[in-house]
Amino acid sequence: MAKYSIFNIIRNAFNGDKSWARVWRDPEPKKSYDVIIIGAGGHGLASAFYLAKNHGIKNIAVLEKGYLGGGNTGRNTTIVRSNYMLDENAHFYEKSLQLWEQLSSELNYNVMFSQRGVLNLAHNDSQIDAITRRGNTMRLNGIDAELLDAKQIRKLMPYLDFSDDVRFPIKGGLLQRRGGTARHDAVAWGLARAADSLGVDIIQNCEVIGFEESGNKITTVKTSRGNFNCGKVGFAVAGNTGHLASLINLKLPIESHVLQAFVSEPLKPMIDHVVTFGAGHFYISQSDKGGLVFGGDIDMYNSYAQKGNLPLIEEVVTAGLAMIPSLSRLRITRHWGGVMDMSMDGSPIIGKSPIDNLYLNCGWCYGGFKATPGSGWVFAHTIANDEPHNLNKGLNLERFKKGRMVDERGAGPFPNRH
Amino acid sequence: MLIINCPLCGPRDHAEFTYIGDATKNRPKSDDISNDDAWYDYVYLRDNPKGLHEELWQHSFGCRCFVKVVRNTVTHQIIATGMPKEDLILDEKGFERSV
Repeated sequence: MAKYSIFNIIRNAFNGDKSWARVWRDPEPKKSYDVIIIGAGGHGLASAFYLAKNHGIKNIAVLEKGYLGGGNTGRNTTIVRSNYMLDENAHFYEKSLQLWEQLSSELNYNVMFSQRGVLNLAHNDSQIDAITRRGNTMRLNGIDAELLDAKQIRKLMPYLDFSDDVRFPIKGGLLQRRGGTARHDAVAWGLARAADSLGVDIIQNCEVIGFEESGNKITTVKTSRGNFNCGKVGFAVAGNTGHLASLINLKLPIESHVLQAFVSEPLKPMIDHVVTFGAGHFYISQSDKGGLVFGGDIDMYNSYAQKGNLPLIEEVVTAGLAMIPSLSRLRITRHWGGVMDMSMDGSPIIGKSPIDNLYLNCGWCYGGFKATPGSGWVFAHTIANDEPHNLNKGLNLERFKKGRMVDERGAGPFPNRH
Repeated sequence: MLIINCPLCGPRDHAEFTYIGDATKNRPKSDDISNDDAWYDYVYLRDNPKGLHEELWQHSFGCRCFVKVVRNTVTHQIIATGMPKEDLILDEKGFERSV
């Protein structure tokens, strides 16, 4: 695989861009693999990449039922942050953020990671108390956090509603400057290219339709492109985890829900950060093409459809207008839905399963994108060593049975409320 | 908008309802604290089917009753509705309610 560099670009500029090589192979599947990762989204590709790079495992396949990065990796609002409070999440997401910071050079592919800062707004005294506590906890964990008052926020973000009679006045906010956004498609493509160059077979249009088991092990993965013998199997299929688990009679503490996201018509630079509303569920940033990228709640009912419903759009836009009134005359040009694997405590499940050679990477709720490199990194470790890394051992499946929830919001076992 | 046929109020927009969740979970007897597995199953585990899903909605902005709904989680099509304790029997072809 040719390394991308300035010389490459110059050379191609003079020969009409004719010498660019194919970015990844389209291999014929082999009969047998040491590790089969199901799902060629960001998490699956990152897992395969780190398995090959950090753990020296070469005979890996990543199976994808559709096209690479066509699931949630291409259907999110691209926010990256690590502003978590609970230990199990905080250290894991911080590791992920550190991997993001070097991802473009590690992959030799520009994922356009932009540390523009993520600000959570607070609108009353109790919210100020809550973000102060979270910010202090983050700083004790060695993660950057900055408490801003209304004046400081107004200077950074004059477009927010600071009028006197506003229903939800802005009292302050918690800023993580190292947070930001990345180009989601580039993440999938860069990981695919890097994994492929290490010998990983990425097999697209290959839907898993069943498993053969012997003892407490999966021996064969049955797909629409034939059957593969496997050493170990990893699920990294986000919203389809429930469906895949049902093929081996595994019940999980997960429900699938649809989450919608939106892009407006392109504007000149207006929103320089990622901003989230505190009085409703709304988060917004501006892409490099100028479109405002925003989203809110899930549609609240179980769904495997990559499409949402209209009442929720109205709700999201209402929250957006309460935060930034000047959005009112903007047109939405695109919107889409992705299927979230909502876990019972709002935190991911990444680790071993009740089946000996099956590993689970699921339960990402709203926040799978920011976890992409960290998830792959710890998942690769877990698969290679047959035990979790310190960073993900608290995010195991057994925690539900033992009642040790990792529930940032304290919302209880209701998947649509996280 | 989904149209949910409330057995008491008739067809209404789903915005009038609050989604409760899976209708197939049965609460273990409260004095049965020895059976952790049953509680684990009831509180946390879900079938999460891709296809027909039996679920409860509460008609919050109507009669406030709980309504059982059979809905397809892939197409969002509602197949049948009834009271929570009703068995909604689906025929092989058209998923008509025939209780």
